[in-house]
Amino acid sequence: MQVKLRIFRFDPQTDLQPHYDTFTVNSEPTDRVLDCLNKIRWEQDGSLAYRMSCAHGICGSDGMTINGVSALACQKLVKDFPPDKEILIEPLSVFAVVKDLVVDLEPFFEREKSVHPSGGIALTEAAEDVEHLQSMEERARFDDDIKCIMCGCCVAACPVNQGEDPAYVGPAAVVRAHRYIFDSRVGDTLKRLQIMDTPHGVWSCKSYFKCTQVCPKKIQITKHIVEVKRKILSDLRHKK
Amino acid sequence: MIHQYDAVIVGAGIAGLTAALQASQTCHVAVLSKIYAPRAHSGSAQGGISAALGNEEEDHWEWHMYDTVKGGDYLTDQDIAQILAREAPQRLIELEHLGVPFSRNTQGKIEQRRFGGHTRNFGEAPVRRACYASDRTGRVIMDALYDHCMVRGVEIFDEVFITSLLRSEGKVCGVAGYKLATGEPMIFHAKAVLLATGGCGRIFKTTSMAFAATGDGFALAYDAGVPLEDMEFVQFHPTGIHKLGILVSEAARAEGGILRNGKGEAFMERYAPTLKDLAPRDIISRAILTEIAEDRGINGKDFVYLDLSHLGKAQLEQKLSEVTSFVQTYLGIDASQSPIPVAPTCHYMMGGIPTDAVGHVLADGKNQVLGGLYAAGECACVSVHGANRLGTNSLIDLVVFGKRAGTDIARYVAQNNLPSLPSGAESAVKEKAQGLLESQGNERISQIRAEMQKTMTQQCSVFRDRPNLEEALCKIGELKARYAQVGLSFKGKRCNYELEDALELGNMLKLAEAIAYSALLRQESRGAHFRNDYPQRNDHDWLKHTLLAQTPNGIQVDYKPVTVTRFKPRARTY
Repeated sequence: MQVKLRIFRFDPQTDLQPHYDTFTVNSEPTDRVLDCLNKIRWEQDGSLAYRMSCAHGICGSDGMTINGVSALACQKLVKDFPPDKEILIEPLSVFAVVKDLVVDLEPFFEREKSVHPSGGIALTEAAEDVEHLQSMEERARFDDDIKCIMCGCCVAACPVNQGEDPAYVGPAAVVRAHRYIFDSRVGDTLKRLQIMDTPHGVWSCKSYFKCTQVCPKKIQITKHIVEVKRKILSDLRHKK
Repeated sequence: MIHQYDAVIVGAGIAGLTAALQASQTCHVAVLSKIYAPRAHSGSAQGGISAALGNEEEDHWEWHMYDTVKGGDYLTDQDIAQILAREAPQRLIELEHLGVPFSRNTQGKIEQRRFGGHTRNFGEAPVRRACYASDRTGRVIMDALYDHCMVRGVEIFDEVFITSLLRSEGKVCGVAGYKLATGEPMIFHAKAVLLATGGCGRIFKTTSMAFAATGDGFALAYDAGVPLEDMEFVQFHPTGIHKLGILVSEAARAEGGILRNGKGEAFMERYAPTLKDLAPRDIISRAILTEIAEDRGINGKDFVYLDLSHLGKAQLEQKLSEVTSFVQTYLGIDASQSPIPVAPTCHYMMGGIPTDAVGHVLADGKNQVLGGLYAAGECACVSVHGANRLGTNSLIDLVVFGKRAGTDIARYVAQNNLPSLPSGAESAVKEKAQGLLESQGNERISQIRAEMQKTMTQQCSVFRDRPNLEEALCKIGELKARYAQVGLSFKGKRCNYELEDALELGNMLKLAEAIAYSALLRQESRGAHFRNDYPQRNDHDWLKHTLLAQTPNGIQVDYKPVTVTRFKPRARTY
């Protein structure tokens, strides 16, 4: 089958404004959108810039906006789009465009880092040669968080990050915080809650659920954000 | 731009980050990655990490060592296998202490499951040795290491492509490359360099490896005159999703999944009566292709079924949720209802840059240390996996030998001065890129790459023989000549992924040649290397490691003996 893709093009160093190019590629119905992009770069236009690596939704490289929705190009099959319409491919929102579909994720990774207390990551004491004991229930408490692949789709889809409070630490960073806050082995929970309980921290979230809707790993992000808010209320505010 | 560090680590996967974390206790360390660091391919490792913790049942490091040696078809250097098996439990506990979220058993300890080729009491029956976190074990280990590296001030340079090693005063003293976003040359001047760049599965058409797995580290060493060791040993994982090659973890069989042919038979019983579906990967890959060749594929086609339907939704969700989601996304199959079409997929390189037990790269492949250069992980060949790696042994390899390399780098940095920066480091990078950018040639990268992948898959994969290997070598030679005429359609500097593709293809062509050439030389069948024309293992002539080096006069061949300590080579049956 033939697939048409309309792709956002922009090189901020040479272009005054972005434009769109349309490409047609031959594909199998089960091809991924990423396969189409590869065919374009390999066979039609070597200048097309986008990131990719594992091509099966684990590395998190190929986050982009597909028909208006943040997604991984390697998780979307062409057969799932209307056959007679162009597929619209744009960079992830929120982040600055470096070129075409490549955005600058440095601020994203800085925020992932910002959820950790400056002193480091402190686990509770354990004897040198044995593991911490952790029950299956305790381990299950943060099992959803560790599915995160840091692709940035949630941040790009978040209306708060998009405009209301661009400095909001963002859904992915709160998931990262949640992973440590709800891990029974971690000893610096209060510090982590304090970091979340700051301007542009977890309270900037207004529960739009956009992050949860787009998450390529189906993480219940909004639910975890609410749990962090509740934990702040019970453990921090209560103690004050 | 020139950056100066005590140590520079190329590659941000588990080997690189483990070494970085270790060395950063006393050194100023930079980690370089050609993709964003958390995208490294270690994150795709699914099923587990081996260590004889004995949390579920009796286990001993000696059993783990034996399995590693036998799994490697006795090409494994046994002193190294001993290090791996003995140090594994402590490394595992250290990972747990860093916060790695391993799955737990009812006692609250790290849960362990079975895995291919891991046995109790020297081969009696499967043993539970693989520690894991559902089927995202690599991801969670890498995330924990990354978090600690970030917090402890290891400097990470994302999206830097390294094109050459810098040498002066007889030592390696840094690396040179360029920033992908801008094309600007970058020089990293350092006392020590660790190559931890992973595998090169993209040489083959069907692979479980990421697009980034193009063997850049192997090529950096090979281009510097270092020989490559045992390159003929390429692992094909038996259960890649048909056509796509995406991995269905061995954990699926560890949890009870069964391979079935077109007649519905659980055929592994015939090939490995004791371990059946948990036999080592080389044996199962050959079994699957034999079933297909003898017309017992599914409906006469080139795949078999991996049946997980009897495991139940709850177990699949708890223990294999990534795998079941891949199958759902890409095939529209509910693994709790229907079997998964699978076939072997290129998965791992047992060979690589020869190192000693602390990661020193060996300039002659034997015992001559190349000052300042280290290698660890898949691009290295410390020779712990021999002719065939056991599942879950790669992740433990990364942390055992990554830590050893990091420790020795810290020692080396403390004891040595920084060699002077060679003149013209920057211009070398520019020339390499400029040559490709300015080429007027009209050969296409994608065309040459596709032909290389097809050749290697058809003529140099699971089953090999002399005529096919000779043809493959001839074809690779032709492709190398055509590569010299490659032309780029995009000449810009900013985000020029076409240029990166071209550089990677140059690397892969050399490695494809090394694989095919080593395979042609080895006239026996051992582990993952099977020759139809020499179907037996031949310890008398071939219990030795292959070393191939590039010289001005062509490829130079050498060999070195295998270190045999406790376990004399015996027939390898399961």
